[in-house]
Amino acid sequence: MSEQFRTCPRSGLVFHKSAETLIKWNAVTAVVFLAVGGLLGLLVVLTRWPAVHLLPADLFYQVLTGHGVVTLLVWIIYFEVAVLYFCSSTLLRCRIATPKIAWVAYFLMLGGAAIAAVAILQGGSSVMMTSYVPMPAAPHFYLGLILFAVGALIACFIFLGTLVVAKNERTYEGSIPLVTFGALTACIIAIFTIASGAIILIPTFLWSVGYISNIDPLMYRIIWWGMGHSSQQINVSAHVAVWYAIAAIVFGARPMSERVSRGAFLLYILFLQLASAHHILVDPGVGTEWKIFNTSYAMYLAVLASMVHGLTVPGSIEVAQREKGYTNGLFEWLRKAPWGNPVFSGMFISLIGFGFLGGITGVVMGTEQINLIIHNTIYVPGHFHPTVAVGTTLAFMALTYFLVPVLFRRELVLPTWAKWQTYVFGIGTSLMGLFMMGAGTLGVSRRHWDMAFSGSAFSFEYGGAAYMMMGLTGFFGVVSVIGGAMFIIVIVGSILFGKKIEDKSEYGTARPPVLQMAPPAPAHHGSGFVAPGTFVLAVVFLATFVVYYFLNWMYLSSVWPMS
Amino acid sequence: MSALLPPSERVWGNQPLDKVEGTWILIALVWCLFMFFMMPYWHVFGKQNYSGEAYRTTPQAFSAKVEAMVDAHTVRTETARDFPVVRPPAGSDVYLLARLWDWYPILELEKDQTYRLHISSMDWQHGFSLQPLNVNAQIVPGYQMTLTITPDKSGEYTIVCNEYCGVLHHTMLGKIYVVDR
Repeated sequence: MSEQFRTCPRSGLVFHKSAETLIKWNAVTAVVFLAVGGLLGLLVVLTRWPAVHLLPADLFYQVLTGHGVVTLLVWIIYFEVAVLYFCSSTLLRCRIATPKIAWVAYFLMLGGAAIAAVAILQGGSSVMMTSYVPMPAAPHFYLGLILFAVGALIACFIFLGTLVVAKNERTYEGSIPLVTFGALTACIIAIFTIASGAIILIPTFLWSVGYISNIDPLMYRIIWWGMGHSSQQINVSAHVAVWYAIAAIVFGARPMSERVSRGAFLLYILFLQLASAHHILVDPGVGTEWKIFNTSYAMYLAVLASMVHGLTVPGSIEVAQREKGYTNGLFEWLRKAPWGNPVFSGMFISLIGFGFLGGITGVVMGTEQINLIIHNTIYVPGHFHPTVAVGTTLAFMALTYFLVPVLFRRELVLPTWAKWQTYVFGIGTSLMGLFMMGAGTLGVSRRHWDMAFSGSAFSFEYGGAAYMMMGLTGFFGVVSVIGGAMFIIVIVGSILFGKKIEDKSEYGTARPPVLQMAPPAPAHHGSGFVAPGTFVLAVVFLATFVVYYFLNWMYLSSVWPMS
Repeated sequence: MSALLPPSERVWGNQPLDKVEGTWILIALVWCLFMFFMMPYWHVFGKQNYSGEAYRTTPQAFSAKVEAMVDAHTVRTETARDFPVVRPPAGSDVYLLARLWDWYPILELEKDQTYRLHISSMDWQHGFSLQPLNVNAQIVPGYQMTLTITPDKSGEYTIVCNEYCGVLHHTMLGKIYVVDR
């Protein structure tokens, strides 16, 4: 049987038939799980809103466990599998390797997610996503996660296999594109991550069924976070690749320098996995040198990489816009950007939210000593919602707005909703995160049903400011969920009821033309910076970073001396 | 759309970088190195650190130490459950036990005195979160965490459990009183 391909007349992308079906199914499954996870998130936020306090304690912890597993693992990894297939087969114009095994991966992930979901619904596995031993979950909770991870691992190898196919069949000239390079980074980190998960979850499963008598809880934490935090680094690599892709799609932007952008991805591969330490900074039994080296990703070299991407992505947009004639002042290029196009607005809010809220706070709370005043407070989810929900999820949403017309050949329904959705979700989630961090600075705990401690032998009252922060967290959490629901409605509505796009795009057995190398960039004339506006934004970012960093050292220096 | 295309040079490592990138990489690198060296600096010159001091222990061994301290230094009891309030000698070793869902016992410490505070868990993981100071630490069963503390303000402090430990997690509070001499 010869392979079938079609060319999308709008985007010029070439889809391999088997790959296209796989991308669609993985992405649609992801969006369905996002809807479930978002609904669970609504229940969490309505319980932590002190004035509402919706659920009883046991149900709250059950729902919180489900929210973590469904959003952080199932939604994101399903979408990442779709991104991996897109970045290999579609971008390199080649057939996907072993599509049948890719379906095995799909169903293993689905089965694993279903088994874990059953375990959580049965109520005996309300152990949070982290399932810290020795608190036990039902054996099939671990089993479900293991099966899901095996499926994801197979998908990673299919991505690598597709790269080999493209190279052997010479479907492209020169080196792989930058976006595929970013996806490769995500894939390599994913393999490390899943290996860590296997090393700890398989013995924990055996412990839960009685074959192993004891799992050391500290060892569990260190290795589990080798999966738990590193999986967020898959997200970072994947959504940075998506940023570059969207800059290219919307603006025709070329990377400022391939060497710099790829070097930054390389730093991710080398150092991002060290982040397990972020969760162990105030644990007993781990040495200080280990903590400092690992928490800083080897002298912050992976942070350096993110700061580089933070400059080069908007920088490449600025260069492209200036070439189009938007050269007035520092910021005309940005003012005249297509703010009504959700593909661009989603990507840009993702970039700003990830950098200013997620990135800065992540480094600050990952500073060994500062972690003393932050560990396990609600500051932690206040950090990772801007990182994962605004950074990764919103970037994926933006890409979806581009993919629906080219993959499903349907126009978007409710275009006005789509136009506003990225703002509602991005700003709602960012403000929710900001107020969670405020409450965390005032000492409010994460994963805690009642900040009034009803039923305790002792009493303690947080101040009015902490209650106000949690009220605002609740309010903006609801705004965030509304933004998420708008996305689901627009995307599901478009796939089911969108107006069919009648452009001719038939499958054929002709081999697609070889992907040519990009034309050389025009030489830059003049002595100034090519992207002065972006540089100013970067300096504003750095100033915010420095001020906030020292503010937290100041808070720290006011507490009891200890050593 | 060249981020979606192969780079224009076969060897992308040879592509020149613009001044704006070079300048930013240099600035960012300096800041990264500064933040890195700030941590060892604070271990030497700062006053708020956790040295990492810890010991392996067992629930039995640790609760024996707690009971010895409670027997020797209890000054009164509080609450309907007669929680002992322990006032150990200034500068001594102090033991605090975490279990479902208590912090045991209540400690009464003197202001500006230095104590070695040992904490461990009898069962699952717990979170030591001292409020309103907002100092936090992870309490792991099988490990005894040893923090050398010098309370420098008197008052009533509450220990909140901030690691999820089951359905009554939210009731798990404890107390540390810091009193003037």
